[in-house]
Amino acid sequence: MAGQAGVPPRVHKRSISDQQRRREIALERQKQSRRDLQQHARQLASGFSPPSSPSQWDDAAHDDDCSHSSPGSKRKGILEGTKLKGGKAREFYSQQLMLPEWMVDIPINLKKDWCIMARPAGQRCLVIAANGSTISRQRNGRILHCFPSALPNGARTRDVAAASHVYCILDCIFHAPDKTYYVVDMMCWRGYSLYDCSAEFRFFWMTTKLAETGALNPPTAHHRYRFSVVPVFECNAASLEAVYTGSVAFVRDGLLFVNRHAHYQMGLTPLVLLWKDAECSLYLFDTDSQGNVPAHQQVVLELCSDGTVVTSDQPPTVLGSLPSDFLQQNAQYLKPGDLLRFAIGDQGISIVDGKPVVADIHFQGLASKNRAGGADSCTKILFQYAARHSPLTITDLLVAIEASDDDGDTSMAC
Amino acid sequence: MAQEVTQVLLNAQSADGVVRKVAEESLKQFQEQNPAGFLISLSHELANNEKPPDSRKLAGLILKNSLDAKETGRKQELVSRWISLDPTVKAQIKGALSQTLSSVVPDARHTSAQVIAKIAAIELPQGEWPELVGSLLANMGGLQVQQPAHLKQATLETLGYVCEEVSAESLAQEQVNSILTAVVQGMNASETSNDVRLAATNALYNALDFAQTNFENDMERDYIMRVVCEATLSPDSRVRQAAFECLVSIGSTYYEKLAPYMQDIFAITSKAVKEDEEPVALQAVEFWSSICDEEIEIQEEYSGDSEVPYFQFIKKALPALVPMLLETLTKQDEEQDQEEGAWNLAMAGGTCLGLVARAVGDDIVPLVMPYVQENVSKPDWRCREAATYAFGSILEGPSLEKLAPLVNVALNFMLSAMKDENNHVKDTTAWTLGRIFEFLHGPNVQFPIITQENLPMILKVLLESINDTPNVAEKVCGAIYFLAQGYEDNSGGPSPLLPFFQNIVQVLLATTDREDAGDSRLRTSAYETLNEVVRISTQDTAAMVMQLVPVIMQKLNHTLEMAVLSSDDREKQSELQALLCGVLQVIIQKLGASDTTKLGIVQYGDQMMSLFLRVFACRSATVHEEAMLAIGALAYSTGPEFGKYMPEFYRYLEMGLQNFEEYQVCAVTVGVVGDICRALDDKVLPFCDGIMTQLLKDLSSNQLHRSVKPPIFSCFGDIALAIGEHFEKYLIYAMPMLQGAAELTAQQAIRDEEMIDYNNQLRSGILEAYSGIFQGFKTNKAELMVPYAGHILQFIENVYQDKERDDSVTKAAIGVMGDLADTLGPSAAPLFNQAVFYKDFVDECTSSDDQQLKETAEWALSTINRITNTG
Repeated sequence: MAGQAGVPPRVHKRSISDQQRRREIALERQKQSRRDLQQHARQLASGFSPPSSPSQWDDAAHDDDCSHSSPGSKRKGILEGTKLKGGKAREFYSQQLMLPEWMVDIPINLKKDWCIMARPAGQRCLVIAANGSTISRQRNGRILHCFPSALPNGARTRDVAAASHVYCILDCIFHAPDKTYYVVDMMCWRGYSLYDCSAEFRFFWMTTKLAETGALNPPTAHHRYRFSVVPVFECNAASLEAVYTGSVAFVRDGLLFVNRHAHYQMGLTPLVLLWKDAECSLYLFDTDSQGNVPAHQQVVLELCSDGTVVTSDQPPTVLGSLPSDFLQQNAQYLKPGDLLRFAIGDQGISIVDGKPVVADIHFQGLASKNRAGGADSCTKILFQYAARHSPLTITDLLVAIEASDDDGDTSMAC
Repeated sequence: MAQEVTQVLLNAQSADGVVRKVAEESLKQFQEQNPAGFLISLSHELANNEKPPDSRKLAGLILKNSLDAKETGRKQELVSRWISLDPTVKAQIKGALSQTLSSVVPDARHTSAQVIAKIAAIELPQGEWPELVGSLLANMGGLQVQQPAHLKQATLETLGYVCEEVSAESLAQEQVNSILTAVVQGMNASETSNDVRLAATNALYNALDFAQTNFENDMERDYIMRVVCEATLSPDSRVRQAAFECLVSIGSTYYEKLAPYMQDIFAITSKAVKEDEEPVALQAVEFWSSICDEEIEIQEEYSGDSEVPYFQFIKKALPALVPMLLETLTKQDEEQDQEEGAWNLAMAGGTCLGLVARAVGDDIVPLVMPYVQENVSKPDWRCREAATYAFGSILEGPSLEKLAPLVNVALNFMLSAMKDENNHVKDTTAWTLGRIFEFLHGPNVQFPIITQENLPMILKVLLESINDTPNVAEKVCGAIYFLAQGYEDNSGGPSPLLPFFQNIVQVLLATTDREDAGDSRLRTSAYETLNEVVRISTQDTAAMVMQLVPVIMQKLNHTLEMAVLSSDDREKQSELQALLCGVLQVIIQKLGASDTTKLGIVQYGDQMMSLFLRVFACRSATVHEEAMLAIGALAYSTGPEFGKYMPEFYRYLEMGLQNFEEYQVCAVTVGVVGDICRALDDKVLPFCDGIMTQLLKDLSSNQLHRSVKPPIFSCFGDIALAIGEHFEKYLIYAMPMLQGAAELTAQQAIRDEEMIDYNNQLRSGILEAYSGIFQGFKTNKAELMVPYAGHILQFIENVYQDKERDDSVTKAAIGVMGDLADTLGPSAAPLFNQAVFYKDFVDECTSSDDQQLKETAEWALSTINRITNTG
């Protein structure tokens, strides 16, 4: 009422009031975090993962190089995954490695177009050094180690720490006996993307750049694990001999053949091939939990909603199906997406156009859900099958190299 | 019995605590045993002229308190209790109250007027008590019947209260007309009793909102305006003041009708400002301030089509108005800068000048600058202060091009004036410096006032002057605050404040420790300025900010050891804790946002958290809020590690969610739940039963401020996203709430701005909830959402059709559409085939300039296409 309540005096010489601002800023941060999380959920859900596409890596690298930086476009790519948590992060990282097919037949131009290296036995890892720490993640996306390293921006030490756009991403195999990360590929160096570079260039970069840092040095408090570059060779008879029997610091588990023109792409690729025999690998045949080689070849396949069981290839290959009454009886144990173990029976596998079409498979039981890499790929099944029946031998490889055209470019820098 | 009541009522006001207590107890018993009889005897007590004024007054007050309460739930209860009373009881009480209006005892009349209005507030909206207005008007007499002045006064007062209590719809237009007629007659110069005129003028103030129709009619409006203007010339200053209050109200309610009267109004306000007593002069200035408010708002909305025409009253009055206001500036009080809540003509005049500057922009500058130049160096401090105040007041409004050259010249003068011998001059100078930094300093200012060259000098002066008296020091803090804020968006390059950073921080900390920091809000300003300095800190100064953490923690720890003997002590402790938690919050948020500094914050996590928990144990609302915000920031920084604090913290989280009264605390806590969900991910699961229960209770409560409800919906989404399939068990509770709210937003008919805004907030919240639930269920529980898909898509269509839809709703809605398609897969294809609107919606979004919206829309479309093509 007039006269009593009156008009309140106006604010005079308004002094600052920060409280409302604190509230608003906190609210804005919460909103932003929520938006970020939802955006990520959407990107991961959409199947094509935009953050992992190499072209965006280039953008990021470009921005840094040309220094007309727009803050929003920086640090895209794998580092986006660092904002994810738990299962979402694991799912994300499990899709970031390039996976070799198994060598089912010998590619042409082996000598001209391919490099070779011995493959260390151990855990395949994605190693990311960024923001002052180094994290290694296994093929299923789980963290193996989180540690300081002498990789650029891999530790919080004066020599190594750098701005957040400086990060490194390596493809490694962690070799437990000597606690060493064996580097088999390099995808990013100091924020510079190598995804779209040829393997040949990546190997050159990997060998020279790593040597410039202290990453290859023995461990210290700020460099918990040693890194070591796996030597890469051009593919000739002498180098094949060397990687096959020559002395290496690690336990050998087969040989890797890499097409020297191949870009680094996520998932299975025929441009990287794995080959092994009993001479160069302790793990030629898959073993059971007791370490024995089963009498019948074992395969792991994924169960689909329609009862078929398929390989991990894109698109998957159907190798058989489970009877529907069996599925109904065991509905509580067997769900679409589960990994199942089968034995290949006496009928073996029928192969058409280099692909298995039908296999005589017998259900054995469930496989671990967290199995690295999920179901077996076609080439693995075929390689294992061949290894039991008519293996591709080292002699076959040598013959192929000798027979291939000698005019090939042999100017490998490493 | 009646005699007894009188004695009990008197005893209830006794100085003797024991007597009082016994009396209160027996009143309570009486009320419980016979509620109707209790009210009747109170009304008879009030009506009885034989009774002592004190017992009558208390009887009236108890009556009033049994009809209305501040708290909504209690109020509702009282209202229904009154409605359920026997009609004859109600009639008796009303009769007694009406009778009291003619009492010669002023207190009894006044109390009765209030009680009548309370009953009217309950009954008129229900169509009850139709005879009230008529019987009141009969009290006013007429040509034949002359009524006593005190009855007319009490009646007008009652009419005023009734107008204040009831809404316009509860009165018929003819009732409004008769009320206005009675009121305006009472105001008329022919009314000989000043008390009647005052009551009538006060009643008009409350009745103005009802007078829309009357103000449309030229004749009626002219008459009302004439009477109001005449009342400003009444010999009684109370009437003059009340009449100006009416003018102020008319100025904002009926702005578009004012044009014919402005010349007269200028004359009477100008006369009052120059000659009248201060309370009257203040209202006269306030009239112009409220016209400025209107015209500032009209111009702000001008780009959108404002329905109110812009008459440029201020611009037209400018040549006369500005000198009038300048004249007020030298009428300062000696003590004005030391007194909290001081308000005088000089302050009102300067404030109005500031509003005029915002209303007219550049035009004010040539009218004010000569005054400034003439007075700013005069020997009389009043002139120097007034000139500085005038200059400071016009710094917001005019263009930067106009102001920059003037400020460039004035800056050095202002810096030296910080050494003026007079405290008020220094106070106003420091305030003016703050205004300069606020409006003419920042990344977007084309001709920077502050340069690498003069910055050291500016800081030297400020950091010296901060040692001045608390009122000056407080203004200096403000200046540093805005100086820092100007560097907020300083992109690239080292901060210009870097060399001074450490020094500024130390000086601010020392200021908070001053013995006299409790005066003039100095301590608060110093801490808040520290906050701003932390906010603008860069990587280069991160280490110094980090060093603040143990310092502030120690201070917070110190508050826990303060001796708290009185409520004053308690308040002091709370205030300090709120400030310190605020500083910690700002630091955590700042350092936690960067991966390189986050680790440092995490290291202090345990210590900070244990302090916050101890602060909670002191229980105070504001502290609760600040500590809660700090904890949210901590959860954001620590991530999953925050889990270790949950067992102890949980009960305070729950308390926060239960705090209906201080809804800000509740709102802030809801936000912190979101932080915790994102930090803990599925590890938050064990706490979700409790949290969800509380959130659902909050939503169903009508005590809780509605602004908390949208964030609660968003919070559902946060929880669902964190715990994924485990949200299943809450689905049957959450979905009906979401659907109900969604339907409510679709039915909202009243489209005032506030409602539109609220509707949008509500929709954002609902949509964010849906997104979180879809995303959470995607992997394993998609089928659970199938039954709701149709409804949700329908809701999105409603949202799409809404013309008032804002950007955040658009973004959320297009996202949910994609989430729905993505989660439900081909089974949702038929829905999309029917809901053709989605294509238009996507088109609208993809043609937006907002990159994020575009991307989300493209993603949604590709997801929908994927499922509709395979389906």
